Amino acid sequence: MIWGWIPRNVELIVDRTIEHLWLALLPVLLGLVISVPLGWLATRTALARTVLVTVTGLLYTVPSLALIVMLPLVLGTQILDPLNVVVALTIYTVALLVRSVADALDAVPPVVVAAATAMGYPPWRRFLAVELPLAVPVIVAGLRVAAVSNTSLVTVGALVGLGGLGQLFTEGFQRDIPSEILTGIVVVLLLALVLDALLLALGRAVTPWTRAGADAGRAR
Amino acid sequence: MIEFRTVTKRFDDGTVAVDALDLTVEAGRITVFVGPSGCGKTTSLRMVNRMIEPTSGQILVDGRDVMAGDAAELRRGIGYVIQQAGLFPHRTVLDNIATVPLLLGWGRRRARERAAELMATVGLDEEMARRYPAQLSGGQQQRVGVARALAADPPILLMDEPFSAVDPVVRENLQDELLRLQAELGKTIVFVTHDIDEAVKLGDKVAVFRTGGILAQYDEPGRLLARPADDFVDGFVGRDRGYRGLGFLSDELPLGELRTVALGSPAPPDGAWTLVVDGADRPQGWLAGADAPTGSTVTAEHLVPGGSLYDVTTGSLRSALDAALSSPSGQGVAVDADGRVIGAVSADDVLRALADARAEQAAA
Amino acid sequence: MTALLDWFADPANWTGGDGVPARLVEHVYYTLLAIVLAGIVAVPVGAAVGHTGRGGFLVVGAANSLRALPTLGLLVLLANAVGIGLLPPLIALVVLAVPPILAGTYAGVQAVDRAVVDAARGMGMSEREILLQVELPNALPLVIGGLRSATLQVISTATIAAFVSLGGLGRYIIDGLSVRNYAEMAAGSILVALLAVAADLALAGLQRGLVSPGLRVRGRAPRRPAPA
Repeated sequence: MIWGWIPRNVELIVDRTIEHLWLALLPVLLGLVISVPLGWLATRTALARTVLVTVTGLLYTVPSLALIVMLPLVLGTQILDPLNVVVALTIYTVALLVRSVADALDAVPPVVVAAATAMGYPPWRRFLAVELPLAVPVIVAGLRVAAVSNTSLVTVGALVGLGGLGQLFTEGFQRDIPSEILTGIVVVLLLALVLDALLLALGRAVTPWTRAGADAGRAR
Repeated sequence: MIEFRTVTKRFDDGTVAVDALDLTVEAGRITVFVGPSGCGKTTSLRMVNRMIEPTSGQILVDGRDVMAGDAAELRRGIGYVIQQAGLFPHRTVLDNIATVPLLLGWGRRRARERAAELMATVGLDEEMARRYPAQLSGGQQQRVGVARALAADPPILLMDEPFSAVDPVVRENLQDELLRLQAELGKTIVFVTHDIDEAVKLGDKVAVFRTGGILAQYDEPGRLLARPADDFVDGFVGRDRGYRGLGFLSDELPLGELRTVALGSPAPPDGAWTLVVDGADRPQGWLAGADAPTGSTVTAEHLVPGGSLYDVTTGSLRSALDAALSSPSGQGVAVDADGRVIGAVSADDVLRALADARAEQAAA
Repeated sequence: MTALLDWFADPANWTGGDGVPARLVEHVYYTLLAIVLAGIVAVPVGAAVGHTGRGGFLVVGAANSLRALPTLGLLVLLANAVGIGLLPPLIALVVLAVPPILAGTYAGVQAVDRAVVDAARGMGMSEREILLQVELPNALPLVIGGLRSATLQVISTATIAAFVSLGGLGRYIIDGLSVRNYAEMAAGSILVALLAVAADLALAGLQRGLVSPGLRVRGRAPRRPAPA
């Protein structure tokens, strides 16, 4: 194991990490934006729910590399276009989050929604001010899973020439530098851990009422 | 027969659940353990089939220490019914009931036949046999639980708050069923409940426990109600214990004359209270004293509903008193075993009987 | 698009060692092997942890952490350390398959109603009888759920493993990439996708078929009034 490789290539590692973050987080964001309305739709009618759950379930089943490779057929892009990976990961994120959003919205107590309506909230404002905030904890849980999975899945893109930490794997393998491979694995794991923790903290920050309840319990 | 010999159970965190319990459960009888939360009644019960092991002391079942030998073998010989029934959701009702016989090595056919018999014994329709527990109501599930406990015909039955999770009407039915079953089978039953009324209704003997696992009183229900051992038992037994205690006294009560008239006959000429009966002499209602329609025939629409009935064959002083108090005319209707009116009983008669009994006791 | 259809129409692609049937069989073989090996380890451990209730935290933690592990990295690391052949990817496949099966079995056994387990013990079942006759049958839906997760993970990783010279349907993608034959790549990915969907549907069917009807019933069937 040539540990010396690491200090010599710090700049490479940093560059790849930044590329990687971008490629992992963009789909998460896009996925979230698409999933919220779709998830809401799934709570409206049983038909919508069945259709959405079935389709997303099906999409989630397709293996990552296969999905990435199939996209040029649909999108008309080049094989090596990074857009393929971004779209593939967005699809996975949506497949994951639509279920989360639908379950989260369903879990909002109906009495709370009824009270809000009775107080005079128009439907859109009620959704944004009452239902969505209460759905946040479950959605954040889904987001964490999506972020962590994406961080790992971006590496597959290296097989079709994509940037990011996956390249440390392909290069490390081809040039027989185990320390490069190991570095890649470690950085990906760290990145996933950090993103998970950040999202957890973000979720807590945005929902002060969940913390207040726990504190009150302890004070007694 | 089950013997507790100075049994103590102390848990790891220091709590004493059962404190030096000395008690003998008589064979062939229903013994109820009752008390507030944390009194050790369930812990004591679960030590009999070794679900919990005593810290010190001994528990003997028919002379054998429960700690000797294999636990699973011990349990296969003791019936166990719990509050949530604990039926196996993945097996049909019939197979649930057949569980212990199958464990004991009976053939599948014999076990299922036995299960079918037991379904009839506990009052379950035979078409339920193929159903799954999720399709049954709470009361039905409890019946299956009891049937399952009885399947291998164990001499002892342990019941841990079995009827607490069902609604009051169903609970009463189940209690009556248990009493009926016991009359037929004569098992040694240890029954745990937090409800003193249930304890007093079901138990041949009742053991009242205090928080901390201490036995406060162990007595027949009538004596428990009449002579609580201390303030705790008195408070636990609750209000109206004097009145409820009457449920355990029965006496030959003198029956007075009761004026009756049959449905469809002409109404009595004067305006006194009259009991209306049907062709078989069974009470239907009262004809109100002041509003009695004189000079016409008696029909159902004239009737005022009556109170409870006092069955002289099975009734207690309490049911006699209740019949008198709940009757609109102040005369309690006494009936025989077939429900036919045989006379009237008044509240004064009951109180006089009580006074006589007290006088006899004082003299004895 | 037409190139893709041509590829499927070409009989040469359906015969021989590089033909679709051969590659399909290889892929299924790797998957089954990995799942069976993983199951032999994961099911007993998961059942034991679920039954005793100790170590559950570790099991759940391990399953969650695995999501972050880059499969390509693992494959490449093992191939580098051990060499080329079936063994390194197989190790990776088994390592990736164990956590979902473990988590599913643990969750399933653990979720069995405690009252049911208590009743079983009280009736005189030995710990082994409880596990085999009561807990596992009731845990089956979640156990099979874990198997489904693991199977998808394995099929996906086996595809990527073509990069470290494994056979199977992934070969079409990797080989097609090196000669810029997009039709071959697309054909391979479609085949893999179909395999994955078929496997998932089959396991979903198993999940419904194997599970006791008593566990699927929700609410009471209509019946004549019986004594309550």
